[in-house]
Amino acid sequence: MAQRIVVDPVTRIEGHLRMEAILDGTKITDAVSSGTIFRGLEIILKDRDPRDAWAFAQRICGVCTHTHALASIRSVEDALKIKIPKNANIIRNIMAAAQDVHDHTVHFYHLHGFDWIDVVSALKADPAQTSAIASSISNWHLNSTNYFKDIQAKVQALVSSGQLGIFANGYWGHSAYKLPAEVNLLGVAHYLEALNWQKEIVKIHAVFGGKNPHPNYVVGGVPCSINLNDNSVINAERLGLVKSKIDEAKTFVEQVYLPDIMAIAGFYKDQLWGKGVINYMSYGDFPKDDINDPAGFIVPRGIVLDGDMSQVHDLDLKDKNQVQEFVSHSWFNYGSDPESGLHPWEGKTVPSYDGPKPPYNELDETKGYSWSKAPRWKGQPMEVGPLARCVVSYANGNAQTQEAVDEALKTLDLGVEALHSTLGRTLARALEAKQRVQLLSDLYDDLIDNIKSGDTSTFNKDKWDPETWPTTAEGVGFCEAPRGSLGHWIRIQDKKIENYQAVVPTTWNGSPRDAKGLKGSYEVSVIDSPMANADAPLELLRTIHSYDPCIACATHLMDPNGNELMSIKVK
Amino acid sequence: MQDTCYQWAVKRGVSRRDFLKLCTATAAMLGLEASAVPKIVHALENKPRLPVIYLHLQECTCCSESFIRSGHPLTSSLILDLISLDYMETLMAPAGEQAEKSKKDILKKGGYLLVVEGSVPTGENGVFCTIGGHTTEDLLREAAENAVAVVAYGTCATDGCVQGASPNPTNAQPVHKIITDKPVIKVSGCPPIAEVITGTVAHYLTFDALPELTPEGRPRAFYEHTIHENCNRRAFFDMGLFVRDFDDEGARQGWCLFMMGCRGPLTKNACAITGFNEGTSYPIKSGHPCLGCAEDGFYDKGCFYEPVSLNAIAETKDYTNLKVAIGTTAGFAVGGALGAVVGTAMYNSHKAKQADGGPQGNAQSDDAAKSDNRSES
Repeated sequence: MAQRIVVDPVTRIEGHLRMEAILDGTKITDAVSSGTIFRGLEIILKDRDPRDAWAFAQRICGVCTHTHALASIRSVEDALKIKIPKNANIIRNIMAAAQDVHDHTVHFYHLHGFDWIDVVSALKADPAQTSAIASSISNWHLNSTNYFKDIQAKVQALVSSGQLGIFANGYWGHSAYKLPAEVNLLGVAHYLEALNWQKEIVKIHAVFGGKNPHPNYVVGGVPCSINLNDNSVINAERLGLVKSKIDEAKTFVEQVYLPDIMAIAGFYKDQLWGKGVINYMSYGDFPKDDINDPAGFIVPRGIVLDGDMSQVHDLDLKDKNQVQEFVSHSWFNYGSDPESGLHPWEGKTVPSYDGPKPPYNELDETKGYSWSKAPRWKGQPMEVGPLARCVVSYANGNAQTQEAVDEALKTLDLGVEALHSTLGRTLARALEAKQRVQLLSDLYDDLIDNIKSGDTSTFNKDKWDPETWPTTAEGVGFCEAPRGSLGHWIRIQDKKIENYQAVVPTTWNGSPRDAKGLKGSYEVSVIDSPMANADAPLELLRTIHSYDPCIACATHLMDPNGNELMSIKVK
Repeated sequence: MQDTCYQWAVKRGVSRRDFLKLCTATAAMLGLEASAVPKIVHALENKPRLPVIYLHLQECTCCSESFIRSGHPLTSSLILDLISLDYMETLMAPAGEQAEKSKKDILKKGGYLLVVEGSVPTGENGVFCTIGGHTTEDLLREAAENAVAVVAYGTCATDGCVQGASPNPTNAQPVHKIITDKPVIKVSGCPPIAEVITGTVAHYLTFDALPELTPEGRPRAFYEHTIHENCNRRAFFDMGLFVRDFDDEGARQGWCLFMMGCRGPLTKNACAITGFNEGTSYPIKSGHPCLGCAEDGFYDKGCFYEPVSLNAIAETKDYTNLKVAIGTTAGFAVGGALGAVVGTAMYNSHKAKQADGGPQGNAQSDDAAKSDNRSES
């Protein structure tokens, strides 16, 4: 008999997400995805100085901490037609690539790892065999039998203490875990190593932006200056620090993260559930020179519809018929036209809570059920993120992507259709991390070459003074955040923000139903998924985690028209 | 019978000295005063590892991200060896009901430390943030009841931060406005520096004396001085050498960012000493003016790129020798309103304060501050 199960909080994510699912026997037949937090940042942004906006927008999310600041300053630069210096573009690209590498690695080990790795099973492992496996897949230096014995003893001590901390009440022993004990031990060891390593790569952000999380940015360039003959700005010592962190990251991704993914995927390749909406979108990013020239993007722009990789569709963020948001199942109200879709520049957000009064047990999906809106491209739900970028890039004929994907799938003896799955999402993220560490090296070389050529400029001051601005201006800033396509739309009037709206990756992936009843990708991808045990939603968590949800991002919504009044109807 | 934390550590080859270091590091990491260290030592010798409940309320998770950046102690060592992190949504294995069970088990036992990241949206009966169908206010009250101590971690928890900025659409409130029947230790910053508390440990170990809290409830060892007082660019301030535009000649020589809006003189935090990311840098060092993220209401104090008023500086600390010269506005683009060019300022202020027998205003600086039209609201 069918039953409704609730998973709230969905843990090992950013923010507050609630999933409800209809379970018929051991199969999920329907699902509801709800973002349960609202902060109202865009209401707060109204009437602020556009040059300040990045510092507010950045606090949409402290995990993908650099991306909202980047989208924000790009929106202002688009509105005011500011071209940034070459060094600033390279430094921003370096920071973006470093963010991806950090985010993807932390996501796999610390947010997603326990969906694949059974920690308690690692106690039964033979450390000598783990060592043999580790040595066979990687040259990583920490692979001795004694090392894995120590790790095992550490886990044993924890279990014996009776205080399992973050491991307590996990789904250990669940039938959906497929790894041998020895590989589980390898995974636990690398969980700890990745935790120790991840604080290193972000030092790149600290060099250029002063700190991480929440490095500093500036409209018109980057705040740091370059002077090889001064000890207090970017000089050879600072660049040397960046280079050493890039090299460490390259080693960790190539010798730990990617080999682990390939080893683990080998044991899970018959669990190919989790297909999403199979419409994939990438705004594109990493401009070689100019953000207004998509042809020069290292990560290509485009859309693949219905899994058809023979065709890549173009997209235009300024076309009011393309990106639109719907609120028919959100806790917002569009007034007289509740089923319409609005382009972000013309969006309207009037919070209107008609959900159950807390404490509550169940949501009603026939009404509003999320603080997230439902963005659509030409009316279609989209999946965004590493898999979407991978599919678009592959379909676009990108040789580097095709080679990486083909090689990985060949090793796993899987066809390209296997990408449309939970496992595919997780594999695409790791392959992307490998591309990004290489990109980091290339970008670093570009920066050095440009400085060598005599160009040390990092800031364009032409439009810094608000007196130089037009009375009204509108712009869109975008980037490919670790979790997918991110856009910030801004309207400036009389030197102030007249309205500001962000449409973020998790709003695309985790959206509620739209006016036509079309589901977002989270909801679609758990349908038809098995779930062996109603009290242990491991399969559902694995699929939702494969998107790397970020709910503070998804549910920051605003009223771009200044409609701050809310009508809250608590039943 | 369960091993105590100390017995367990000994079994793992940890020396007594290292064990004591771990205890102080634990207190530091959790934002406790050093006076709590002996209690933690006692607890770990005689009880299982200190249970910790870490709540995520209305926030962006930057504090958790900062938390896992800690280099000393390493986060992995902290969560495996020092504390029992029994509830933290970002890292815990279980979800939903099983996660709730982890929390309920500890709530029932009591004796845990409560760390709170995020603010509490109190508008519209709390519907702006729910977890497991419950409002964050209910969850916070429930978790605080049997906690041995409450740490408000990050500016969301100490002040409401960005969602609390005007017009505060969700009526976000800091932890101490909700929990009023027990002390709330404030570790502010957006995010706080990961190791900011380990200095408390160093203080305790080196001087065998306990650091105090500031009147605002923050550890004095880290929040006593303004960033300005320890700033690596401070000498340029005193010499009157200021950056006027990003990447101008002054910027390329690391001059003072005061004219670019720097709030270092108003902000009490350890950035200029401890630094972020194991001392790699801090915002001013990397060329951006300080946003003042450890201070209450930092989003509502005007444009980040307009110089702060000298009056505000004088109010922050008892500087008595603010010496200000009126200069020209030539080359100064930001806002165009500031007529004052700060020459030599804050020179020898503490000495002067002592000599004068207390803080007093400086007529010259006050006049100069009034002469500019900046808004402090």
